[in-house]
Amino acid sequence: MNIIEFLSYAFVQKALIAGALIAVITAVLGVFLVLKRLSLIGDSLSHVALSGIALGLITNTSPVFMAIPVVMLSSLGIYKISASAKVHSDSALGIIAAAGISLGLILAALAGGFNVDLLSFLFGSILTVSTSELVLAFVLAVIILCLVYIFYNDLIAITFDQNFAKTAGVNTERMNIILVLISAAAVVIALKVVGIMLVSAMIIIPPTAALQLANTFKKALILAASFSVLGVILGIYSAFMLNMPSGAMIIAVDIIILMIAVMLRKYAFKKR
Amino acid sequence: MNIIEVKDLSFAYNGEEVLKNISFGVKRGDFTGLLGPNGSGKTTLIKLVLGLLKAENGSVKLFGQDISRFKDWSKIGYLEQKATPPKLMPLTAFDVARLGLLSTKKMPRIFNAEDNRLTNEIMAQTKCLDYKDKLFSELSGGQQQRVLLARTLINKPSLIILDEPSTALDSSSRENLFEMISEINKGSDTAVLVITHDIADIGKYVNNFIILDKELIFCGDKREFCRSKKVTDYFGPYTPHLMDHLHSEDSCPFKESHEHH
Repeated sequence: MNIIEFLSYAFVQKALIAGALIAVITAVLGVFLVLKRLSLIGDSLSHVALSGIALGLITNTSPVFMAIPVVMLSSLGIYKISASAKVHSDSALGIIAAAGISLGLILAALAGGFNVDLLSFLFGSILTVSTSELVLAFVLAVIILCLVYIFYNDLIAITFDQNFAKTAGVNTERMNIILVLISAAAVVIALKVVGIMLVSAMIIIPPTAALQLANTFKKALILAASFSVLGVILGIYSAFMLNMPSGAMIIAVDIIILMIAVMLRKYAFKKR
Repeated sequence: MNIIEVKDLSFAYNGEEVLKNISFGVKRGDFTGLLGPNGSGKTTLIKLVLGLLKAENGSVKLFGQDISRFKDWSKIGYLEQKATPPKLMPLTAFDVARLGLLSTKKMPRIFNAEDNRLTNEIMAQTKCLDYKDKLFSELSGGQQQRVLLARTLINKPSLIILDEPSTALDSSSRENLFEMISEINKGSDTAVLVITHDIADIGKYVNNFIILDKELIFCGDKREFCRSKKVTDYFGPYTPHLMDHLHSEDSCPFKESHEHH
């Protein structure tokens, strides 16, 4: 099957649109999170999402819509614990991840064990994306891009130097809270693409590849989003053709893009 | 009116008191040197003054406003002790210097052509225009310091706070830096507060001293500093060496008395 035939299927079109939107969301947020050394927040929150999804399955409500508030609350927990200076931020991420996964497993056991729905969130299932999830991805993408536009220089300032940002009149606490809350929503919606196991890769790999090559912040955001969308399109196509899991193929393509970016930086842009 | 007003300020890290009952003021036009040995609490004090840390006791007012309610950040230019930009941060030296104008902008805070002109102007003054298009993270320590100085001065602040600004600079660059700050101070009513552990850097420029060693050892002008028994008691045998660096036009009785001995 060639790519034209592949694109003619309605479910493929839906999956690609949702995947591309989610790729843009995670890549744009990922640039800020990677630079702020908060990229593992995606990993931690995806584990917490398991609790929310299991809760959704038990209560027979939408797992994604149930997981979003649970993960957002946990993201605030991570922020507060890290800001307290009593616990290191990596420890806070580890604690919240462990709490999330253990609660998720308990809830899954209460619900009668792992079923197909839960497994689809563990490993991703972009080809089964629903219309409501597609709308959610679109709304989230619009919100995130608007926030990045409005607070563009504020976000750069807090990423570059938190103390400077504060003395430049940036409300650093508000900006950090906005960043972790939208990251939480992005993590939940990205679970549908690559699953709990690989969601942090979508936040880390395309931005890291972009940061190898970009010499301005704008270029970093555009490159990260482009790499991420390319990863989703090629990943879904190759998964379909080779009968492989789509989440794993997306991340495999992302890793190839990262390797090319690292080599380009090393050999082509050495004296940038 | 003091533009910095600190009263009975105390602060502890993990139960250990690092600052105890500190009170002092800085007026418009003052050029104040905040001196003290390593670990004396100088940077902590400045972070408390700027609201980057919260004091356990006491109060801080900036331009008459309590620090918790202070909003007029365009009046402040602050240069931190050490720049630690994230690895791979995609910002050029120009981008970093221009960030200093953020406090003057209203939402959405987007830079325009005039901001770019001001950035070029200040980078020329702080002698970092040659490498304005290079990535900030790839500059040497001294080059980064010049760019950060440009960021600090670009909004023409009424209060400049510099925390160990000369550590990454060679001796001639240090001299240039303090000459430049001194000119800004003399040509306007801009107050300058410089933190250092080496009086040799700032002795000839400052007109006020604060000596800190977890508690306030001394606070006053250069003349009082030269005559203060607290200063000689604190510095002991190092006092003559200290006074040599002052380049004071006023006579320093302690310097003379030590020389006579």
